Formats: sequence, structure tokens, C-alpha cells
Amino acid sequence: MKHARIAYAGAVHHVTEGDPRLHSGNPVVWLPPVQPGTIFALGLNYADHAKELAFKPPDEPLVFMKGPQSLCGHLGQTRRPPGVAYMHYECELAVVISKTARKIARANAYEYVAGYTVANDYAVRDYLENYYRPNFRAKSRDFATPLGPWLVDAADVPDPMNLRLRTLVNGRVTQEGNTRDMLFNIPALIEYLSGFMTLQAGDIILTGTPEGLAGVQVGDEVITEIEGVGSLKNTIIGEPEEQAPEERKNVG
Amino acid sequence: MPPECGNAVYGVALNFRADLEKLSEPPRAPVLYLRPRNTWNVSGAAIRLPADAKQLKMAGTLGVVIGSGYVVVNDVSIPHESYYRPAIKQRCRDGFCVVGSQVTDRIPGEIRTSINGELRCRASIGDMVRPIDRLIADISEFLTLQPGDILLIGEPPDAPFAHVGDRVRVEIDGLAAIENEVVPEIAPI
Repeated sequence: MKHARIAYAGAVHHVTEGDPRLHSGNPVVWLPPVQPGTIFALGLNYADHAKELAFKPPDEPLVFMKGPQSLCGHLGQTRRPPGVAYMHYECELAVVISKTARKIARANAYEYVAGYTVANDYAVRDYLENYYRPNFRAKSRDFATPLGPWLVDAADVPDPMNLRLRTLVNGRVTQEGNTRDMLFNIPALIEYLSGFMTLQAGDIILTGTPEGLAGVQVGDEVITEIEGVGSLKNTIIGEPEEQAPEERKNVG
Repeated sequence: MPPECGNAVYGVALNFRADLEKLSEPPRAPVLYLRPRNTWNVSGAAIRLPADAKQLKMAGTLGVVIGSGYVVVNDVSIPHESYYRPAIKQRCRDGFCVVGSQVTDRIPGEIRTSINGELRCRASIGDMVRPIDRLIADISEFLTLQPGDILLIGEPPDAPFAHVGDRVRVEIDGLAAIENEVVPEIAPI
């Protein structure tokens, strides 16, 4: 089953695919499909992407974290800061943890997965620094991590380590990969993280992105999609001033 | 005032002037890390020394509770020299972030950390690279801090190390101290 959280008719509703509220013609705002616990993300978790960035593949998972304010839902907007040279998307399979997990062996790891969703882990490379890299200013910006549309039950994704993923910018395919090319696969990541800390229901692991990065500009429509999981659309916006100069002039 | 579920606790690394002497270039933005919910702990509870660590750094610090005031925090970590990659494994162990239960609305001048009754570290708010107002301004430029989120203002450069059996106390004038004992890690907590 595919689950979503939406704002509809003045309240937050939990719906599944096919729900009439999604097709009523009334406004629907897609929220991230999970209320997040701890959000983990992986850097350099595909060999081709590590090579693309001229990094040696890491010996152990390169994990970083994001704040809960970084998420936004399907059909959301992400701001490109003015004056930056390179902001890019990253299509990633996101794994949602189902229950408390501590020191889990990889053979049992899938028992702790509630389901999967799609993430777009935007980065603003201008802001990268070599302190706790990738740092929060580059990677945990407000609403710069679209997530959704659906949380797909784990039972409906029989082989999460063999899913095609791709990104389209304004309808043109710019990134293609397959989850089978992850350096540290899902069971390995759950074993690694739960080996030193307790994971809890609602924790989310963004599993990294394959090669094929490209810059995004204000006005771009970016779709990140994963076979059997979903197609997540986001629009890049600029400063409010950049968007509506005429309106601003008319104020006062 | 322990954090509520849904709130975030952020720490700032390398925010004392003495830290800058070790760096080739000063950070352009505050160097943040997250204290995820599994790390949240209270005064009186155990701090567990992981089996893969010999000692723990006890960074007594000040937490700014957005919208509320200031709390005392013991920001525990496994000592690490490199700040190049996020220190998830060194910082995100269960129970590594002890947050006091009282809030004050007055900015304290000093944070004191004692081990087994001996004063080991006095950290002055005046020695910060980015003072509190500047931190909030620089961070909220890209990351909105919500009411109830907590911002840890920095680890004192001379924060002491503790071992199994040590009792660690962090105090700030005007607030109840937090005190915790370091115990060995045992199988599932």
C-alpha cells in the first residue's frame, strides 16, 4: 500500500493511493509522508558518484544528518539562494525505520524497515566547507529536501536493492542509476547505524545518489523518481524579490 | 527542560577562540552537528562508555532553548581530532546529551565542569567566536530554529575526559546542576 500525508480541507489527513480526496478537485497539499525522527543521509554511497566528485570511495559509510526543517513534500518549492554558482539535485531512495533497532545484524535488517519513499537531497556546493563536511549550510537548508509523495510499504518493494532511479529537469532525463550500485546497501547501513546508536520508528535514511548531477536554476521543475516507489516533483524558486518585482513596487 | 519530540538539538563545534588557532582557516558559517533524540539524557541517569572507547569528553556547555531561555548541558562525545567529516559515530551514542531540567532567562557568564568533585573546566561565554545573537542570526539564515529547539553554543577547548566510575557535574549559576556517572556499556539499553 502507498500512504501519504496531505493537508486537505483545513486539516492533516492520512490517505492511501486512490483516496477520493486526492481526486476531488479540492486543493491538496502534499506533506512529507512521514513525521521524521532522526534523518540520516549518505555521502558518496555510489561508486560512480564518488568518482564523479573525485573522491575515493569511503571505507565506512559517510553519514551526515539533517534537521527536521529540511523536509518538504511533493509539489513543494525549494529556494535557490541568490548569487550561488552550483546547486544540484540528488535522487535518493529513502528508507523509513519501523521499530526500535539496536545492534541489528544485516541478515535481520529488513525486519526494521517500514517502507520506502523518494528523496531529493539538494546541495548548494558554494557553501560546502571542510568542517563536518557535508555541512548543514550546504545540506540541511529549510525545505531543501523534498520527500514523498508516498511511503510505500516494505512488503510492496520486494527487491529494494534493484530499483532504477532517475532525475528529470524540465522533462529531460539528467540522472540515471540503480540502487544495486550502492556501496553500502540497506542492510549494511542498518547494521552500521544500529551498531552504535538506537534507531527508532520514523527515523529516515537517505541512501545516497548515483552519478549524473546537474545544476538547477530558478523556475526549473525537478522530478526525482524511483521504480515502484514514486515520482517526486519540486520547483526551484528564487528570492521573493526576484519573483515579483512589480508587486513589490506597488506596495505602499 | 528536556527537548520535546519533534524538536531538534543542534550543537556548534569550533566556537571558542582557542579552537581557531588549530585551524588553517576559520569556518565561514557555524559548524553544526545534530544531537538526535537517542542521545537525549537527564541528570542522574547513566552515561555509558561504549565498548569501543577508552574515555569520553565532557563538554559542559550552555543550551539556548529557542523561545524559552538557557539550560545547562553536558555534551558528551568520544574524543576525536579530525573535524573533516561529521562525527556521527563519536557523538550520536545513546544518552550522550544530558540536558538540565531548569531554564533561566539570564545569560550566564560561565559554565563549570567538575569530575569527582574537582573543578576541571571553567568556560566563559566571552570566549566564544560567535556570541549567541550572532549564532542565531547566522544559523537562521538557512535553517529555521523552532520554539523548543536547543542550540548548544560550543564545546570548551579544555573540556575534560572522564572514565568509568567518574561522576561528572556541570553547573551554571542560577540553575540546578546536572550530574551523571560514567558506567560501562552493557548489552541493549
